[in-house]
Amino acid sequence: MSVVDRFANWWANRHEYAKEWKARTGGKVLGYFCTYMPEEMIIGAGILPVRILGSHEPQDVTEPYIFGMFCPFCRDCLAQGLKGRFDYLDGISIAQSCLHIRQSYTSWKLHVPVDYSYYLCMPHHVQSPSAKPFYRGELEAFKKSLEEWTGKPITDQDLNRGIQIMNRNRQLMRQVYEYRKQPNPPITGLEAMQIVISSQMVDKEEHSRALEELLAELPDRKLNRNTGARLMLVGSEDDDTEFLKMVESVGTTVVVDEHCTGTRYFWDDVVPNTDSLYAIAARYVDRTPCPTKDWPERRRFPRILQFAKDYGVQGAIIIQQKFCDPHEADIPPLTAYLKEHGIPTLFLEFDVTVPVGQFRIRVEAFLETLSQEDLF
Amino acid sequence: MMATFTGNDTNMGAGLKRYPTKPLDCWKKAKELRQRYYEQYAAPGKLRWAGSAWALDPIPAGLGEDVVHLTGEPYAAAIAFNKDFAVRCQEAAEAHGWARDLCAYFRTYIGGMFLDEYAFGGKYPKPDFCFTGHICCTHGKWYELVSEYKKVPYVAIDVGVGASGDLNANKIDYVVNQAHEAIEYLSKATGREYRDDLLIEACKNLFRSTSTWAKVCCLNKNIPAPLDEKSMHSLYVLGTLDRTDKEFADFYDEVLEEVKDRVAQGIAAIPVERCRLMTDSQPPWYFLHFYRYLEQFGAVSVGSFYVNTLEGAWEDKPDGTWGARTTPMEKGIEIRTRDQALRLLAEWELSRPQWQTFYDPQLKTDLLIRMAKEWSLKGFILHYNRGCEGTSSGIAENRLGLMKAGIPVMTYEANMGDEREFDEPRTLARIDSFMESLGFPKQ
Repeated sequence: MSVVDRFANWWANRHEYAKEWKARTGGKVLGYFCTYMPEEMIIGAGILPVRILGSHEPQDVTEPYIFGMFCPFCRDCLAQGLKGRFDYLDGISIAQSCLHIRQSYTSWKLHVPVDYSYYLCMPHHVQSPSAKPFYRGELEAFKKSLEEWTGKPITDQDLNRGIQIMNRNRQLMRQVYEYRKQPNPPITGLEAMQIVISSQMVDKEEHSRALEELLAELPDRKLNRNTGARLMLVGSEDDDTEFLKMVESVGTTVVVDEHCTGTRYFWDDVVPNTDSLYAIAARYVDRTPCPTKDWPERRRFPRILQFAKDYGVQGAIIIQQKFCDPHEADIPPLTAYLKEHGIPTLFLEFDVTVPVGQFRIRVEAFLETLSQEDLF
Repeated sequence: MMATFTGNDTNMGAGLKRYPTKPLDCWKKAKELRQRYYEQYAAPGKLRWAGSAWALDPIPAGLGEDVVHLTGEPYAAAIAFNKDFAVRCQEAAEAHGWARDLCAYFRTYIGGMFLDEYAFGGKYPKPDFCFTGHICCTHGKWYELVSEYKKVPYVAIDVGVGASGDLNANKIDYVVNQAHEAIEYLSKATGREYRDDLLIEACKNLFRSTSTWAKVCCLNKNIPAPLDEKSMHSLYVLGTLDRTDKEFADFYDEVLEEVKDRVAQGIAAIPVERCRLMTDSQPPWYFLHFYRYLEQFGAVSVGSFYVNTLEGAWEDKPDGTWGARTTPMEKGIEIRTRDQALRLLAEWELSRPQWQTFYDPQLKTDLLIRMAKEWSLKGFILHYNRGCEGTSSGIAENRLGLMKAGIPVMTYEANMGDEREFDEPRTLARIDSFMESLGFPKQ
């Protein structure tokens, strides 16, 4: 199996991977719901962090637990728990983010038996000078809770090991992304997505070793395809590989992204500090924010634009999970902002499954608008 | 399961007892206070701020005695009652690209701003600054947009620090520190010297008005209930407008005395009280005749989790009941400094029952069960409110929790501020079925 296929395989067989990891190591597995979760601490505690994601299958099991006005992603995630797909989890946790995914956590806690659960109060006001000291305090409490659960102290050395493992993985992924700047990227958007998603559920050291193998191959890797229009994916949580496959089948390459199974997850490192908990807190407070935390100034937008410039983006597909309030509150000004800076956009609303045929027509129409200047 | 909970029997099997009833004497003054509040905001020569009714509003009060504000949620609720204007506002928001499933209050508010119309006459009055609290996904983004559109300064405080049972020094420090930062920012932005005496006075008024409102709600534990939920909405709203104002706090004292008098005289909210209910979430404001409809069954809603707790401060009482929170002043605490005032304010506000629901639906379910017992309820009507992700968060779990406790519960789907999402005949049919299942046919 090629290293690129290995990432895809990890994603496709994530549950088997986690079960095998557990059998191999005897360690605990913690499911988490949002990328504000400080995996450094979980890894430092010797636990495997696994992001809980949906399965993109229509489901009818969550209706009694979460009102249908909340996003399909949060309901798809809960469905996985109710169906027993994550029956190997020893615990669950969430770092405070939106109200939607929070309900996946609270309903999971009520209806899917786990030994351990923890609600971590990640601050919303990340632009406040008080956010980092506050989050450091919350991480201190989380650390104690993890120690009680595992029966083992988490030393500074453990935390630093967690930081080092996470940072190494982030650095390697950024190196992979660097190749996407090339005129003919040696990696597709679909492959990049599979790399990032798999990093959210695979032992990070193992994942990093695979990234190193990939980086050794990339300089000589040639894709038997035309790059076509260079696009960017921006928006809500997006792990819809079928959609991305379709987009890249109509004469495009997604060369960069800004969502939480992409750069928003891994782009920023922990800057080492003598106070490891503070360093971790600072990383999550300073990372590219989810819109729900991006106020009173919109600091997310300049980063999106910078990505667009750095990667030579010709257009952006703005995707939004249906009913996702945080992104709905950003999309009109974001669309205007990108337009003002010469980046055309296509807006698409996602559900658990997407109408690929209809979306294909819309993407093709978008591509036509991108090439209008060539026509006239 | 559903039949096992009966609450205290009221008028069952004893014929239709009729209670004396009369309008509230304080009604006229409530209307006047509300009208004056909106007129004062639009009047020239004041320092205006726009923000959430959930903001820590004593903070801007320290900027001067001429500070006025417009709290967005009750303002949008007022618009919702004006059906034509509400639709125009929502369509204006949609025309600017805002999603139709966003917070109905947010959409209505920004739509009015885009139209440059004020529901109480004239143009939308431009605020001098925006100030809000943030706990759901909307508030911080709401006033980010207003501040951008109107090009005015903006500061917000994150109050999402976890359930009150988990409060600790770290969480309170975070909120207090943000409050200090906000004061510094607002002083600079407005060029005003901050007055701690005004802050302290505003905090005292807030403690008093929110505690008094809980006392009023407690009087509805009496049978017959002296107030029905519809009337309570007209009174609670003053707390959402300006609970930091002495006149409003004094008015709640008047309300309390009048409601006590109604209890003493056995004056009921409605003449036939056979079935006591409560609701949850903001009602659809265009559907307030829902409460009159309930009267046809001899049913009265004696409050709601929303109306009791949004602006009510509560605590466990020594006798085991849930009652009005003891204010710092009642405890003999003298508030002398800015930091002390902010700490008391933070601790008071972070304990709001309404905010606990953001962290764990079980916390709210436990409170609903408690309310069912203490207010002698026959059941709950839960509004699955498409217009508010905050009060709808966890509501499906609340339904399950009530059912598990043997408390009859009915749900209906609507939107507090967008009538386009409401099916009235279907909702009324559900009420008919629910009342029939409880054993209270139409009279």
